[in-house]
Amino acid sequence: MRITCPLCGERDRREFYYRGAAVDLARPEPDAGEAAWDEFVYLRDNPAGMTRELWYHEGGCGAWIVVTRDTVTHEISGTELASGVSA
Amino acid sequence: MRIAGKGLVDRSQTVPFVFDGVRYEGFEGDTLASALLANGIKLMGRSFKYHRPRGVLTAGSEEPNALVTVGAGAAQEPNVRATMQEIYPGLEARSQNRWPSLGFDMMAVNDLAAPFLGAGFYYKTFMWPKSFWEKLYEPIIRRAAGLGALSGEDNADKYESAYAFCDVLVIGAGPAGLMAALTAARAGADVILADENARMGGRLLAETYEVDGKPGPVWADEVLAELHSMGNVRLMTRTTVAGAYDQGTFAALERVLHHTDHRPRGAPLETYWRIVAKRSVLAAGALERPIAFRDNDRPGIMTAGAVRAYLNRWGVSPGRNVTIFGNTDDIHRTARDLLEAGVHVAAVIDSRHDAPGSDDYEVLRGAQVCSSAGRKGLESITVRRASGEDRIHTDCLAMTGGWNPSVHLTCHMNGRPTWRREIEAFVPTPGAVPGMVTAGACNGSFSTAACLEEGITAAESVLGDLGMTAPKITVPQAEDTPYEIAPLWAVPGKGRAWLDFQNDVTVKDVKQAATENFRSVEHMKRYTTQGMATDQGKNSNVAALAILADATGRGIPETGTTTFRPPYSPIAIAALGAGAEGKGFKPQRFTTSHKASVARQAPMVEAGLWYRPSYFPKEGESNWRQSCDREVNMVRQTVGVCDVSTLGKIDIQGPDAGAFLDFVYTNMFSTLKVGRTRYGLMLREDGHVMDDGTTARLGETHYLMTTTTAAAGDVMKHLEFVHQGLRPDWDVSFTSVTEHWAQFAVAGPKSRELLNGILDMPLDDDSWPFMACGPVSVLGVQGRLFRISFSGEHAYEVAVPARYGASLFDILTKRAEALGGGLYGMEALNVLRIEKGFITHAEIHGRTTAYDIGMGRMVSQKKDSIGKTMSQRAGLEEPGRERLVGLKPVGESKQLLAGAHLYKEEAEPVRSNDQGYLTSVCYSPTLGSMLGLGFLADGPERYGEVVKLVDHLRGVTTLCEVVNPVFFDPEGGRVRG
Amino acid sequence: MDKLSAKTPCDGLLPLTVGSVTLSEVDAGSIHSISAFNGKQKQVSDALKAAHGMAYPAANRATGKAGARAIWFGPAHAMLMGPVPDDALAENAAVVDQSDAWAVVRIEGDGVEDILARVTPVDLRSTRFKRGHTARTLLFHMTASITRVGDTAFQIMVFRSMAETLVHDLKRAMEGVAARG
Repeated sequence: MRITCPLCGERDRREFYYRGAAVDLARPEPDAGEAAWDEFVYLRDNPAGMTRELWYHEGGCGAWIVVTRDTVTHEISGTELASGVSA
Repeated sequence: MRIAGKGLVDRSQTVPFVFDGVRYEGFEGDTLASALLANGIKLMGRSFKYHRPRGVLTAGSEEPNALVTVGAGAAQEPNVRATMQEIYPGLEARSQNRWPSLGFDMMAVNDLAAPFLGAGFYYKTFMWPKSFWEKLYEPIIRRAAGLGALSGEDNADKYESAYAFCDVLVIGAGPAGLMAALTAARAGADVILADENARMGGRLLAETYEVDGKPGPVWADEVLAELHSMGNVRLMTRTTVAGAYDQGTFAALERVLHHTDHRPRGAPLETYWRIVAKRSVLAAGALERPIAFRDNDRPGIMTAGAVRAYLNRWGVSPGRNVTIFGNTDDIHRTARDLLEAGVHVAAVIDSRHDAPGSDDYEVLRGAQVCSSAGRKGLESITVRRASGEDRIHTDCLAMTGGWNPSVHLTCHMNGRPTWRREIEAFVPTPGAVPGMVTAGACNGSFSTAACLEEGITAAESVLGDLGMTAPKITVPQAEDTPYEIAPLWAVPGKGRAWLDFQNDVTVKDVKQAATENFRSVEHMKRYTTQGMATDQGKNSNVAALAILADATGRGIPETGTTTFRPPYSPIAIAALGAGAEGKGFKPQRFTTSHKASVARQAPMVEAGLWYRPSYFPKEGESNWRQSCDREVNMVRQTVGVCDVSTLGKIDIQGPDAGAFLDFVYTNMFSTLKVGRTRYGLMLREDGHVMDDGTTARLGETHYLMTTTTAAAGDVMKHLEFVHQGLRPDWDVSFTSVTEHWAQFAVAGPKSRELLNGILDMPLDDDSWPFMACGPVSVLGVQGRLFRISFSGEHAYEVAVPARYGASLFDILTKRAEALGGGLYGMEALNVLRIEKGFITHAEIHGRTTAYDIGMGRMVSQKKDSIGKTMSQRAGLEEPGRERLVGLKPVGESKQLLAGAHLYKEEAEPVRSNDQGYLTSVCYSPTLGSMLGLGFLADGPERYGEVVKLVDHLRGVTTLCEVVNPVFFDPEGGRVRG
Repeated sequence: MDKLSAKTPCDGLLPLTVGSVTLSEVDAGSIHSISAFNGKQKQVSDALKAAHGMAYPAANRATGKAGARAIWFGPAHAMLMGPVPDDALAENAAVVDQSDAWAVVRIEGDGVEDILARVTPVDLRSTRFKRGHTARTLLFHMTASITRVGDTAFQIMVFRSMAETLVHDLKRAMEGVAARG
């Protein structure tokens, strides 16, 4: 598997650490209520198809990256820096 | 039998080798299989289950029968295919799965028991009693039914892994692969051409075809010479591309030194390649299928393509009196080659009624071989015709049931092959592997001319994708025989007709599976073990599913195939894990004081990747406790020195540094004074504690965070995530400076006295109160000093650039010893912190909250911080939660054990009465008692109560008093000096 | 009076020559990470140019030359190697002394790319990875910085504490390649 780091270019998967769904970027306000926080911390979709995930270029430049990936075909249709994604 | 004038072996180079203890000779260029056949040896192995005598079936990597063990001792390699093992002087090979010898195998009794050992036998028989499976049945079955064995010893052979990159990876160097590589290379693409054989050329080496008027091998060598001369081409022989993975990544195994006993120091036996290719051309060829008939597994019966390969490539005829049987025109090609070489052909049997004839030999049209006979080797076959059955004497039967394109790699990414009726075979489904184009026989195009042409068009296609211009290349002239086939999977009749030779699966087994309703091909496979041997059904899967299709009244496409998964052929675990053995397993991190600690005989313990001293034994001390107790007393009474460089240190700078720290810590850091240090607590977003440590404010917008040794990497990752993912606009940056500083704890009543001997400005309480920090000059070197304490004593941590670490450690040690102190290790450090009730990751183990560890009030209510919202959930603060306490033994038993559970004194120690557990224990020489830290339901409200500690695993019960976790100096007078 | 003495990260481990390739420790001088504050990238680059003669490196690039080099180290970091950073830099950037944090080695010789192909997953062939190119990547299991500093020479940096593993892993690869002849 190869992932394109928006800064370093295409790299081997073993340089990257997988975190989980990109939902983690959408942190609710402290007073958003239990349901919003429950959703944010615990609930994740498990799609057969497109998914947005967070990967960390740990064995590389240290960028957090949002990877858009198809869980069925494994095709990666895009990567972007997490810092550029507005929550 | 060697045939004069035939073959590509070098007859001037005689190569001696040993098989089953007997010395033989072959020629340079021989495989073990060809050399044994040349020596008249046909019996090469025993089958997996019935221990049937078996000879070589094929001439390639798909070989199911001729598996041997090469070498001896620690390095012995089992299950080596004799068809792939090149001979070399000194080669020693042994047959497998037989006892006491290949000729006389006691376990062949299994064959007599065959009526009882059919499909599902194991599942049905070894069901009861359950405990017998592991203890009795499995060991016996494993011994009886097996392949070669590993030595069980450490193998010193070196395996290597490596990466390679290219524009175009061409898999297979037959006519299609050669043309694809040549076309792509001439266009200027970076090309890797990989082939599993020692010599490239594919079927051109095994047939008598001409290409452009030259003998096939000559033409191939000319193409290879051109490729070799080009700087943009890498030719990889003896390299099996074994797997196709995501985004153009391929696994390939190069057998570097299996063909020689020359093993230069440091040289790898095998290299496991990860090849990254922008595009790939699969030109993997095709595999010939046997025909199932009664006793079709006798040594001497092999595929027709193998017979031609032995004859044309190795100059060996596998028999003196050969019969040929099949359902395609390949039987005529075989007959012609044999006759031209002067080998007697006893009969040519074509199952097709409309088969072409020949002027040179009689063709038995519409006939079938229905059985074979012979002891340990083929002696005769029985041929069935409309007119009746005839017995024909023969010592070699060349059979062909048609060819299966090698679609394997196209299935590795979940692709399913497509059935092509005209050739009665599966072909790759286009696009099954992104970026891969298939060409030649693996694409179902079997003539040489078609292979050459498809090689060119495949290369043109991938060059187009890459935006490169394909050169003009004329397709070389070559044979273009049409492929005519009439399906013939199994000859009807009684007896056992073998499909999967290696796993001993017969036509009857597959039919029985269908009868017992294992109608899905995946179920049939698992029930019969069809295709589950090392050849993974390369020789048999298609025939087996054709029989299943027939037995279930479906067509082959509806029946479908099982899934081909990587690897294409077996790969040693040693190759997959190459380089990761011994010191390559993971990096070792050494502090600057490592050598000095080792020189003092300190046992080193792993802390993450770091190595830290456990304790520093002194003469007269016979166990670790004596050393540890001494070191604890030393710190409490004089001064101790300990390397704490392994703790994570993160430099945090920027206008928003304070706000950022307020966000990641539960408590406030923006209010911390410059030159001061504060303890901080970090939560995960779910409200549980992630890490703790001290952070110093070095300047207005400059902080230095300390993490625990274990969590340093995770904390860095977390900080970067919070910054980049949640607060990208904040102006703050992080730099790990763990490695720049060598840092030493100097702890104990005489710590200041010690430091004042090496600091250029002496310390006092006014300038350096508790929790002060700042720059200092250490023997003329700019360093940093922190008045912090993990022991509860008046203590400091002094840091200098790491280059001076070893030197400072020596000086501190010497000076500490002069003051009656010395070094202390992890054991003493642990005792010192337990005496003070300080937590580590034993306590903040991922399930505890700030409230649980008695730090609930550290979660500031004035600001938002990571984990704050969720930490305030009712469940995380409710009564009854297990919270941090100290425990001291009060009864007869004085034993405390970490991991033990806590119960009310009178309660039965069962799960439902569980009230908590111990996380850390030690013997405190300071207090003369065992001490424990643990979590107890409503613990802090139960000081003075006696509870019962029970360790069910070690059978210990101890009564303990619940106490404040700060066992020693609860007022903290000592730390303030 | 006691005096502090200095040791290099690869003390006692290098140099090492196997076949055509030599691995040696580099005294890089002082090493500082430079992280420009928000919006101050240009000021930092100008200051670098004025004081030390090289621009702030773009992603995957190194600027300057031996003795005074700036190597891209990540989205927020460049590593200034050689000179002590000019005070002007600290006005617009976080400047962090890393002089003792890194084991810095040079590996040089014919076929050096073949050796690195055994320990790093990045394509370092000379046609793709030219002089002045740099990569943050892995060296076997370690995070590393690899920069091409010559036709057959690379500079490799890993954390100081891992110097022994660095030499172990590279030596193994060097022996494997050399043994193939």
